[in-house]
Amino acid sequence: MTSIDYNAFRDEVRDFLATSYPASKRELNQRQAGMFAEPELGQWWQRTLHARGWGAPSWPVEYGGTGWDAVQKHIFMSECTAANTPSFAVQGLAMVAPVVMKFGTQAQKDFFLPGILSGELYFCQGFSEPGSGSDLASLRTSAVREGDDYLVNGSKIWTTHAHFANWIFLLVRTSTEGKPQQGITFLLAPMSTPGISVRPIISISGEHELNQTFYDNARIPIANRIGDENKGWDVAKYLLEFERGGAYAPSAQGMLEAAKKIAAQQPGDDCATLWDDPQFQRKTAELEIDMLAQAATEHRVMTALAGGNNPGDIVASMLKLSGTALQQAASELCVEALGDYALADQRQSLHLSSNIPPIGPDYAARPVAKFLNLRACTIYGGSSEVQHNIVARAAMGLK
Amino acid sequence: METPLSDDQRMIRDSVAGYLRDRYDDAERRRIIDSEAGWSAPHWQAFAGELGLLGAGFAEAAGGLGGGAAEHALILEEFGSALVVEPYLSTAVIAGGFLKASTAAAAPQLIADAIAGTAIFAYAAGEPNARSNPAHVETRAECRGANYVIDGQKAVVLGAVGATHLIVVARTSGGDRDPEGISLFVVDANSPGITRRDYRTISGGPASDITFTGVTVPASALLVPEGTALPLIERVVDEATALLCAEANGVMRRLHGDTLAYTSQREQFGKPLASFQVLQHRMVDMLVAMEHSQSITARAIELLDADPAERARAVSAAKVYVGKSLRYIGQQAIQLHGGMGMTDELAVGFFFKRAIEIERQFGSVEYHLTRYTRLANAPAAIAA
Ligand SMILES: Cc1cc2nc3c(=O)[nH]c(=O)nc-3n(C[C@H](O)[C@H](O)[C@H](O)COP(=O)(O)OP(=O)(O)OC[C@H]3O[C@@H](n4cnc5c(N)ncnc54)[C@H](O)[C@@H]3O)c2cc1C
Repeated sequence: MTSIDYNAFRDEVRDFLATSYPASKRELNQRQAGMFAEPELGQWWQRTLHARGWGAPSWPVEYGGTGWDAVQKHIFMSECTAANTPSFAVQGLAMVAPVVMKFGTQAQKDFFLPGILSGELYFCQGFSEPGSGSDLASLRTSAVREGDDYLVNGSKIWTTHAHFANWIFLLVRTSTEGKPQQGITFLLAPMSTPGISVRPIISISGEHELNQTFYDNARIPIANRIGDENKGWDVAKYLLEFERGGAYAPSAQGMLEAAKKIAAQQPGDDCATLWDDPQFQRKTAELEIDMLAQAATEHRVMTALAGGNNPGDIVASMLKLSGTALQQAASELCVEALGDYALADQRQSLHLSSNIPPIGPDYAARPVAKFLNLRACTIYGGSSEVQHNIVARAAMGLK
Repeated sequence: METPLSDDQRMIRDSVAGYLRDRYDDAERRRIIDSEAGWSAPHWQAFAGELGLLGAGFAEAAGGLGGGAAEHALILEEFGSALVVEPYLSTAVIAGGFLKASTAAAAPQLIADAIAGTAIFAYAAGEPNARSNPAHVETRAECRGANYVIDGQKAVVLGAVGATHLIVVARTSGGDRDPEGISLFVVDANSPGITRRDYRTISGGPASDITFTGVTVPASALLVPEGTALPLIERVVDEATALLCAEANGVMRRLHGDTLAYTSQREQFGKPLASFQVLQHRMVDMLVAMEHSQSITARAIELLDADPAERARAVSAAKVYVGKSLRYIGQQAIQLHGGMGMTDELAVGFFFKRAIEIERQFGSVEYHLTRYTRLANAPAAIAA
């Protein structure tokens, strides 16, 4: 076994970030507070990573993964977080791609995986419906066979970045027989399909990331189905493990560092800066310790898994529960550090195309919108209440 | 839980609540914050004339209703439950508090104009280089003959857009955090040398950053003798803080009420969300926090006339408890609304954002916890 020089690897990542993520783009990213960066920036970053061969660190090598071990992945992610790289949409790379790898035909793998890796295919997720949120299996958007197609009718809601995406993955109802889970099918469709339309939903941060999408006799080829008809629930469950699993600590730690930086620039009440206030430092330390525990568990899980494997739903749920709480706590600390400028609505400066300066200091632009948007992380991907239910049932046998 | 009220008090509360129900609902509020000005002059006139609210805290001899903080609290709690954006707190409570204590010749006329609704005030105190310490004042007012010349910056001034006057805290002597040497001026909002950057707060109300460049005011603009303002500022800001807690109680009432209504009507897994025990317990905890917030606010209001240390301790205690409750109730309200809570389409998001604002105004939980700790553990307090 050849041993990896992690220090050399870290230097390599740092060099790459220093040269490939220029100040001009870093400044643009300061104007991004949504769940995901606007695609102009997010997809640029994905292309940049792809050009370096680092487009999909979590994928198996055969599909274009990096072949890094857990430590390398961790180093990479921490360095990206420290450099504040754009958070690009994960629906393609981290959600639909693993599903295509596991359930897709060869033709589907050949078409979708390279497109996702390069950033050409930009996916959004069409699971939730107005009447079906936590109770996803009750979904009603219907798909009826006609020739080589399904005719799809219904509506999906909370479809993040549907207005940017060129593809969507959908859960549709193909049967009303038996348990609701048994009549669901997983489809992929171009957003340009006639009959698909998009209505914007404005978030409490004032940003447009969410949408409601409508399906009016939208014709989706049967060839775009992933897995068997009426077996879409298994596909969806597998996908949700990836949506929930993954690493929460690096982003939480990144926001904690941001809070410290803000505190170092904000005045204190009885001391020069807020960072000089022992109470603030103590609070930061306490949160940092919770994050160390989260990071250690995430690391334990990562090392226990071979590349490309799914984490399993109990572990994924536990990581999501504590990880999202830490992300929220860290973003709340950034807001607290801001003081009175936390009251200012900064939405006008939070666009790539905006040249309106933030209200107050430059670092005041993002934290509040970020905090508001992050309230959703305990709601989407299965709410915290739902995760508690899953762990209670699956891990502890409680009914 | 109902709090006993006098007949007069019940009348004030009912008339305000009725007005807001009929004329200031969520849709009307949205229309107001979406308008260019971001506040409504017609509603302000109705508060002054039709409802006669703007005199609630002034003596009858001065043309007011002879009430005080208790009456302000009733009004502000109702205002909180409708997210009224008009500058009642800065005009009736803060400017009102200063004017009542003022030795300035112009004070009686300004009081009369405030009651009539023609004088509207914003409180220009906070600064970009200060946090919540009221003694931290870098804005300078220099005495030049019969005038003062004001230079400096004020940050996140609420309601300056529609104000006719600004109450400006400025330093006439001493270092940046010196308790001595702080003065209060009443300044015409359109004075030459005043520039504003106007914007909105996250809940939609108007706010401004204000720069004073050589703004010249006569010595008669001094509200109290030069350099002696801090104790008065502390008293009036304590009163405003307690009354902001009253507003918060209205905000929390809506957050809780809307959540209860939503979870009772929305079904998942074939039953109302409110039938899930974990959500029931959550909403009970929200209710408990709300009731305690009401009580600790009432306690602070009762102690507003106590000696300064006791008053400050009671107000800080209320602000800490209410701040924590706002955080808990606000966050849970969003959580229990699921995706709907994350949109600008329901009112609940605006109540949540107002909760975040109130949590910070006049000092955060951390600030008031430190202040309370210092006051509660002062040697005198321990000996007593
Ligand atoms: C910002 C954001 C982005 C999103 N992006 C997407 C996307 O791209 N694609 C997509 O398909 N979906 C997306 N979603 C939808 C998300 O998955 C749903 O919001 C989520 O599943 C919750 O459903 P709901 O919003 O209908 O809330 P509800 O299911 O109505 O839940 C409301 C509240 O009730 C609680 N609750 C529900 N059932 C139970 C129970 N049995 N026991 C205890 N408590 C319960 C919930 O935890 C929650 O607190 C997004 C949501 C948000 C907020």
